[in-house]
Amino acid sequence: MNTDKFLDAKGLACPMPIVRTKKAMDELSSGQVLEVHATDKGAKNDITAWVQSGGHELLKQEEENDVLKFWIQKG
Amino acid sequence: MTVHVMTPEEVTKKVINKEELFILDVRNESDFQDWKIEGANFQYLNVPYFELLDGVEEILSKFPADKDILVVCAKEGSSVMVAEMLSEAGLTVSYLQGGMKAWSEYLEPVKVADLKDGGELYQFVRIGKGCLSYMIISNGEAAIIDATRMADVYVDFAESKKAVVTHVFDTHLHADHISGGRMIAEKTKATYWLPPKDAEEVVFSYEPLEDGNEVMVGRTPIRIHAMYSPGHTIGSTSFVVDDQFLMTGDILFIDSIGRPDLAGKAEDWVGDLRETLYTRYKELSEELVVLPAHFMIIDELNEDGSVSEKLGVLYAKNHGLNVADEAAFRKLVTENLPPQPNAYQEIRKTNMGKTTPDTEQQREMEIGPNRCAVR
Repeated sequence: MNTDKFLDAKGLACPMPIVRTKKAMDELSSGQVLEVHATDKGAKNDITAWVQSGGHELLKQEEENDVLKFWIQKG
Repeated sequence: MTVHVMTPEEVTKKVINKEELFILDVRNESDFQDWKIEGANFQYLNVPYFELLDGVEEILSKFPADKDILVVCAKEGSSVMVAEMLSEAGLTVSYLQGGMKAWSEYLEPVKVADLKDGGELYQFVRIGKGCLSYMIISNGEAAIIDATRMADVYVDFAESKKAVVTHVFDTHLHADHISGGRMIAEKTKATYWLPPKDAEEVVFSYEPLEDGNEVMVGRTPIRIHAMYSPGHTIGSTSFVVDDQFLMTGDILFIDSIGRPDLAGKAEDWVGDLRETLYTRYKELSEELVVLPAHFMIIDELNEDGSVSEKLGVLYAKNHGLNVADEAAFRKLVTENLPPQPNAYQEIRKTNMGKTTPDTEQQREMEIGPNRCAVR
């Protein structure tokens, strides 16, 4: 998938994965895609909910060896 | 303003004393809906922390001026962040130490009674999850029933009472929480008793708990009499302790009865459940004080924080004991059941010793309320 920015949030505990995700998204413009990798299990539900409430779109989400991967398109 | 820390123990005191508290729960909405800190006089506001990253101004008007404010999240981190933001905005707030994770693990020991020969009976109230476990202490010996996985709490408590743990029991193979029974038995060299019909697949050695077994605790003994009472599981066993108390496990609760479906055999076990509740227990003295393995709602707590009621009172008031029609009873316990406990199949496997998840995985598996009952 085409990614405009990559954020490594592995090893970070809640709330940092979302805090960093938000910061990174602020630097993107509408339509661009951010790829986030996180290991905090809570990130799965929280990033999904945050994306919705923020008017963005979660294009894809997968899990590989305990690493949660998100592709978020800025709204 | 400074940010304070509130421990699960302090919150538990507020629950028991029915104090007022305003809880800002910053977990996401579905987690909050699924499971939260319950208190008779608690008020709630649920705003996910990720909606507060730009500031807390929008919610400032929603806080009452005259109540303690507690910020709660899953594991503490987000509640600290939000508490600091609220504090900078001028509010005096606390956050819950360890978050819901710690809340789920906290055990409040409540003394239920002095026993006939100088012994004591304690109920360990797992307030966040609604699990109840027990310790009987008599003359330097202790027996533990339906222990949670926080094994050290029981071992340390027994030690503080200068008692050696000699017997550990599980009334049945639990599906809602991970048993600490085996670990306590290993640590203390105590005998671990399990009902053999529930233990057919366990991979460790145990002492088979059969109908009529009697176990003594202490030199001037407290008698624990095992009574086969199937229904929640095929092996479910109750105990009559000191001729005064009936430990019902997950068969009979204060305001509900056990569900028969967590081992996948609701239809088969309905008859057993009815037989136990409507015949076997009926033959016992109505003066026996029922001590269950769960409570479902905070209203079931007595004034001292314990959960108990006389069997006679339950026969008068508990809806599940008053369904005269057998078909209606069958319907009650097999249809429209509440959701099953989180990860209940994995929990059963863990309690059989088939899998050994690490502590963090065990915490994840136990997230949420216990859901072992039907009303």
